[in-house]
Amino acid sequence: RDFNERCAQCSEVNWGLTDGGRFYCRSCHNVTEKTREVVNTDFITNSRVQTISKGSRKQEKNDAGCEWYICEGFQLVLKKQAEALEALGVCPQMKDEILCNFWRCYLQKSKQAYCKRPAGETVKALSECESSTDVDSDPERPSLLHLLSLSESEGDLQTDCSFASSVSKVSDSTSVYSGSVDGSLYLMKNQKEKLTMTMPMTLSFCYMALLWLREPITLSELLRFVVEGHVPYLNVFQHFPEKMKLCGLDLRIFCVESWPVYEEVFNKMHELAAFLDLPRFPDITDSCFLHPDMLCMKYLMEANLPDELHNWTCRVVKKIGIGEVDFLTLMPGNKSTRKVKYDVLAAAVIVVVLKLLFLLDDHYEWLLSEFAEERNKNNTEGGPYFEFKKWYEVVKQSLDVEQKKLDEERAKYLWRCEKPLFYSVKNKSKVLKRRQMVVNLQSQFGKLSGSVRRAEKPNPSSFQLSWSEENTDGSCFHRHSLKGVLQEKCGLLTAMNPDYWLCTVKLCNEKLCGHLAHYREVEFPQSYHFVLGLFSFLLRIQPSYIHDEVCMIEHKLFNKKLYKKLKYNTVLRK
Amino acid sequence: SSHEHKLNFRQSKEACLSYIQDALLQKQWKRAAEFLTCYVESLEKDYSREQIGPSEMIWRIGTEILWHHSQSSMKEFNCFMEQMKTLGVKRYLKVCLEHVFHLLCNGQIDEAYQNLSLAESWRFGEQTAIQDKEMKLIEAYRGLLDYYSWSKQKNILLEHSEDGFSDLAVEQEMHSYFRKAAVSLKEIIKIPGVWDIFVKCYVDLLEFYGDHNEARQVLNEYAYNSKFPANPNAHVYLYQFLKRQGESKKSLISALKILHDIVPSHELMIDFNTMLQKSKKRKKHLLGLEVIFAALDYAGWKENAKAWSCLARQVKQIVTSEKHLDWIKQEWNSRKDWWPAFHFSRFLAKRNWQENESLSYEKALVAGILLGKDCKYFKYVSHQGCKAQLKRFRMLKKFVNRHNPVYLRISG
Repeated sequence: RDFNERCAQCSEVNWGLTDGGRFYCRSCHNVTEKTREVVNTDFITNSRVQTISKGSRKQEKNDAGCEWYICEGFQLVLKKQAEALEALGVCPQMKDEILCNFWRCYLQKSKQAYCKRPAGETVKALSECESSTDVDSDPERPSLLHLLSLSESEGDLQTDCSFASSVSKVSDSTSVYSGSVDGSLYLMKNQKEKLTMTMPMTLSFCYMALLWLREPITLSELLRFVVEGHVPYLNVFQHFPEKMKLCGLDLRIFCVESWPVYEEVFNKMHELAAFLDLPRFPDITDSCFLHPDMLCMKYLMEANLPDELHNWTCRVVKKIGIGEVDFLTLMPGNKSTRKVKYDVLAAAVIVVVLKLLFLLDDHYEWLLSEFAEERNKNNTEGGPYFEFKKWYEVVKQSLDVEQKKLDEERAKYLWRCEKPLFYSVKNKSKVLKRRQMVVNLQSQFGKLSGSVRRAEKPNPSSFQLSWSEENTDGSCFHRHSLKGVLQEKCGLLTAMNPDYWLCTVKLCNEKLCGHLAHYREVEFPQSYHFVLGLFSFLLRIQPSYIHDEVCMIEHKLFNKKLYKKLKYNTVLRK
Repeated sequence: SSHEHKLNFRQSKEACLSYIQDALLQKQWKRAAEFLTCYVESLEKDYSREQIGPSEMIWRIGTEILWHHSQSSMKEFNCFMEQMKTLGVKRYLKVCLEHVFHLLCNGQIDEAYQNLSLAESWRFGEQTAIQDKEMKLIEAYRGLLDYYSWSKQKNILLEHSEDGFSDLAVEQEMHSYFRKAAVSLKEIIKIPGVWDIFVKCYVDLLEFYGDHNEARQVLNEYAYNSKFPANPNAHVYLYQFLKRQGESKKSLISALKILHDIVPSHELMIDFNTMLQKSKKRKKHLLGLEVIFAALDYAGWKENAKAWSCLARQVKQIVTSEKHLDWIKQEWNSRKDWWPAFHFSRFLAKRNWQENESLSYEKALVAGILLGKDCKYFKYVSHQGCKAQLKRFRMLKKFVNRHNPVYLRISG
């Protein structure tokens, strides 16, 4: 598609690729001298590329595979991920326009494609690396042997140096270090210069595109879909075409053996946005899903809390200005504003509201609950008052069940796939034998597992906990009233609770120690810990991150009082 | 508990193992199988740094599950074992051996023998030398099965000879098994270890063919060579052999003496005591008293009427002769604080009387002498016995009453 020149013979623009990598005109079969200089992304994405097959060439030649570059691999991954997201309901624009363009921009900025660079450079660079045994030439660049002996996915068959010593170059541009052309170069690049592409970064790309389109999927949801298998990530390389042989160092790049981490994906996304020089993202207004008002509504429902609490979350959001467009919208490269984690922020708002109304000091909330219980017993008209105790019991029970299921899922997680991975052709047979044995054993013991067959992955759903109002056992608290904890003062509804305790009096410097505050379970009330735990489960994120946001919100909310106190303290000291 | 939301391969498999462990401990074989199915992909990673790698884990866990699972068959089990043999060459012989044990437990002697023979012929470079110990064990067990076959042939032969037949073929087979068994068994018992079954079988073979010298040597080595771990059974076997050979009381006693030192509660202590009492030497009588007292220190002997009768007899004899009361005093000294509650409580008096009259008789005698006629045990039992108008209890009462002063001298 990028090659838009008109054919010299027939003036048509209808190009294909020969086996030799040259462009030929499909209309008149005129073969040009132009070889593939630039990575032609069409090679993968455009399945209509045809090749002239020279009759004498047999199929076995193809067994050796084709030349492919690492970024082509990542492109495939992104494509698969985008397709999956489309299947989940994301608009097709994401795949066809947004993600595509982000990716192309990235390739250009990182000088991997869409730029002037002779094809020979990669090869030259590679042979330079190999010939330089003098490590001092670039002390920061790890030697190939060193890279080979380290293994992210530890203990893969034959990662030791015996493999390294058995390397031999098959052709000028491919070596047995990797199936791809530039696998080894990729890993050896100085990673501080540019953002080298990694598997977690593919999710950063996806999230960035989703954010640009303001799709109703939060980062925590995206990562959950990844873990649940609805978005390809683990073993996505099994969808690479046959010709793209994956081996050696490619594995280190494409094989994932850990779940993606929220923080990592989040931070990389912001780095990426800045790297690509993206402009201000589309505005996040109060009608967007990602706006705290909307997300709070969703999380309140999922946490089985009364709808009435929404008024309060909106009030808090408004008071501290976190619902403002400028606060919420991403401005890449702006280092002064704190990066917004929409999901964590909304959860933290709810926690703060709960603290405002119920105090959550392990005493007051139970007291209020008792009053509500009394009232509910004696007075059944006008709907029930919300009882914290009942809510706690119901939610805890469900949470425990779900947590137990999740724990078992973690233990039962399958990391490998059909496609066997080998570092070199040498240990291919060993790997295949092992794979066969694994399959046999899985079959043998699978039969003995009884009727518990490994269930098909559950349908993707936005809600992990759901509560039905049709249940007559009163286990749904959405319609419950907050009257029991509110009082009227001067025409305004305020909380009966007059107190509030701050999670922390002083915030840490996030840049120095990575957190705004340090959360230790034993230092806080059990109720607070429970509430954090609930949202921690829903968002699949450590409680400490929610705690950080809570601290941030509290400091904004009680800013004036804190400021006064500080001033007072300094005055006293004088 | 804070739940990590990160997960990597290693953590996931560690968690999987702990679920398997729980399931195994609770005998939930289906659940264990379910998790093992998820664990097996660990085989595709090499954990050479770990102490116990996935292949060993899978072998051990899989064996347990297949052995106990209701839907698992021997065929499946064997198939699994064959797979496990290919997994780790460093463990090959160990897996073979354990497979053989399972086959034997299942009564599949022939299959076990085949497997042993196959394993015996295995050679794998330097591994053969490294797995030397396992190889010796395999040869030994093969020898054991040869012994078993020899034994069968021997019985057939004996049957036929009774009927008047002489069967040359059977005899020859028998001898051939003997040769094979003897060679292997002899080898293994050279190595310091606990080889009870091999020793027994080997001695049996030697005795049958009349090589008593060799048998004696083997048993002596087994019992007295300090390189071998202390093993009470070695002394038992030696004693039994000496008895069979009609050896002198002296040698029998010396064999049992060591057994008494190692295992004072051994069942042969009654024989030992009897033998010692019959001896003409005074020292032996003292030893006999020590032996029987020591045996009765153990809970397993509490209701052993024979043991009590041995003690009673000796006590009675000493008291009657009024010689060596200091022996009783010495033995009683370390026991007087706890034997009363241990053996001579009123509760036990009642129970013994109800369940075993002879036992109560013997015990009452001992109690009466050691604790005096006013002790609970003696009073109750003698009273019951006299009530039941049993002559011997009346005699007992008289005896104890007559010798009551002895008690005072003992307890002082």
